[in-house]
Amino acid sequence: MSHGEHASVLDDPQGPPHVHHMDPPTAYHAAKFGMWLFLATELLLFGVMFAAFAIFRWKYFEEFHKASKHLNWKLGAANTAVLLTSSYFAAMAVDHAQHGRNKKVLSSLLITIGCAVGFLVIKTIEYSEKYHHGYFPGGENFHEYKTFLPLYFCMTGIHALHVIIGMVLLGWVASLAAKNRFSERYYTPVEVGALYWHLVDLIWIYLFPLLYLVG
Amino acid sequence: MTAVSATATEGSNTNYINCERGIWSWLTTVDHKRIALMYLFTLTLFFFAGGIAALAVRTELAFPGGQIMSADTYNRWFTAHGVIMIFLFIVPGIPAVMGNFLLPLMIGAYDVAFPKLNLLSLYVYWLGSLMALVSLGIHPVDTGWTFYAPYSIKTGSAVVWMTGAAFVLGFSSILTGLNFIVTIHKLRCPGMTWLRLPVFVWALYATSAIQVLATPVVGMTLMLLIFERAFGVCVFNPTCGGDPVLYEHFFWFYSHPVVYIMVLPAFGVIGEILPVFSRKPLFGYKAVVISSVGIAAVGFVVWAHHMLVSGISDFSAQFFSIATFLVAIPTAVKVFNWVSTMYKGSISFSTPMLYAMSFVFLFMIAGTTGIYLAAVAVDVFYHDTYFVVAHFHYTIQGGAVIGLIAALHYWFPKMFGRMYNDLVSRVAWFLVMLGFNLTFLPQFVLGMQGMPRRYYDYLPQFANLHLASTIGAYINAFGYSLAILNLFWAMAFSKKLAPKNPYDALGLEWRTQSPPIKDNFDVIPTVDDGPYAYGKPVATSH
Repeated sequence: MSHGEHASVLDDPQGPPHVHHMDPPTAYHAAKFGMWLFLATELLLFGVMFAAFAIFRWKYFEEFHKASKHLNWKLGAANTAVLLTSSYFAAMAVDHAQHGRNKKVLSSLLITIGCAVGFLVIKTIEYSEKYHHGYFPGGENFHEYKTFLPLYFCMTGIHALHVIIGMVLLGWVASLAAKNRFSERYYTPVEVGALYWHLVDLIWIYLFPLLYLVG
Repeated sequence: MTAVSATATEGSNTNYINCERGIWSWLTTVDHKRIALMYLFTLTLFFFAGGIAALAVRTELAFPGGQIMSADTYNRWFTAHGVIMIFLFIVPGIPAVMGNFLLPLMIGAYDVAFPKLNLLSLYVYWLGSLMALVSLGIHPVDTGWTFYAPYSIKTGSAVVWMTGAAFVLGFSSILTGLNFIVTIHKLRCPGMTWLRLPVFVWALYATSAIQVLATPVVGMTLMLLIFERAFGVCVFNPTCGGDPVLYEHFFWFYSHPVVYIMVLPAFGVIGEILPVFSRKPLFGYKAVVISSVGIAAVGFVVWAHHMLVSGISDFSAQFFSIATFLVAIPTAVKVFNWVSTMYKGSISFSTPMLYAMSFVFLFMIAGTTGIYLAAVAVDVFYHDTYFVVAHFHYTIQGGAVIGLIAALHYWFPKMFGRMYNDLVSRVAWFLVMLGFNLTFLPQFVLGMQGMPRRYYDYLPQFANLHLASTIGAYINAFGYSLAILNLFWAMAFSKKLAPKNPYDALGLEWRTQSPPIKDNFDVIPTVDDGPYAYGKPVATSH
């Protein structure tokens, strides 16, 4: 845990930043608690679409079943593997940060971000396949399976947006690691950033079976 | 309550307002008190804007037949009134102004947990407000503040800008709530246990929980609506297999809890004011705390009472009706506790006390008329009539707005270090009470007689009550203007300096300087009791 005493950025460049109104342990716990609360809001955000999917699947079971078969489950599975790997390296980054191994924090986070890029590449391939068959928003076959494709694009699209947000966030944390910022006294951004990334991964873990497999 | 350590420097002239000068120091501040004031000024602007829209609506309705606008324009004015008043004014409302100002003071902290996030929530609020103004400028929305599908998908008005604005404003609300929850958990001063917190803090806590959990749902729903319009995705549009009632479910899942975001902080304000001006401890502190949390919780399972005539199943209607009856119980507990606080107290009728006592009276009307609406058989008749309009104005205006005005008067000396003109404030209170009741009591009768809402014209038999209501609206507007101008004048020009504690109130905020220094306290205080030990010392179990 972080027990930095009287640490200011000048005195201890790897210690917790000076926060006027909170001591370092409180600041650390407050940051984590704040991120957990934010993750709760993200769950409720995606929850709307999961609820909509459940309701429409009950209403249009035939169409949803057929539509699901049209999804490329192999690409979806590849994306699942890619995200799980990325999460592994994010978790490793936290461990490295807790031991002050800034170079390893940087490399782990770069792999995480690299995996995220891979995820987006595979997603782009999937989307272009849909586009060429007219299953894209605005395409002629978009409503063939009632609300399945609209929900598919909303859910995976907003998820992909969160992947991008996560990449930016982890990129910022990586830039701090490149400047040797972290130590056993201070690693809050790594932990908080990794928490966000794990949520992004978790949402995909639910999306993949629901959209691609259960059908 | 005996606070042990020293607080602010007595007699010092430096405070959070004059410690730094220049507009840039305000726009980039992370001081919760300055952020609160900036929210206050923006909210006041929008209150007047929404009020002008209200007067436009009421002026059109003064007499039967078209007066000053077409039916289509009327739709845009009442939509503007609703959207401005709800999303730009009363939802940020008390938490953004009084919560931001008071929370750290009340728990003995230097600031909130995430001061920069606090500033960000203000910026995001300004951005969302600007987007709403753009929408009003381009092509004012005509769907009503509820944006029901499928009309909201088809209409040519600037729905995307307006719902986008609501989405952005939702973020501001989430960030504020998140900040407050972490602050209350992590920054209470030594000795400030959970059961020693002022009830206003408990109210903010319950409100913040709702903000964090409910707002994302409406955010996503409005986003889906935007996708429907922009990309033709099909979720709510029935022509391609979507479900418009699903929109209503998602929308009201947030929009019912949002009314508790509006009113719970007002409950907290009343719980702070009544003990001070009754010189008596708050009756039933634990019951007040539990009922605050209970209202927030039960408030999440009543949403479809807004949809009792939308085609939901009988079973659903019965469930939501019963749940709505249940949510009235903790509110009634509060009313009982407020009245019991005043009972055999030594009452002084200061302006904040006048507003607080009015609140109890007005909210009784609001709450009981809500019970009428909760009964399915009655709602079938009252839904979409003026009965509903009257009910929700009694709750929102008679409740939340009166709570905000009461709070501004009560904590005014603390916030600005001066006293406002007492006589003018009382005259304004009287005009507000007269105007408000004259506007909305007739509307209950109109509703019972079948007058539909959101109609720009009506049958001649409704004319007298509509005229009375319009006259009331103008008196109401005048009263609020007087009250607010009185306060703003005092902010700028009043020479009556306020002492630290003009009411001999307990509570940590009264132990600081008026106005407080930038850091609130010289040293973080320590407490060893709760903030309601007025009157004779009473042996209490808490």
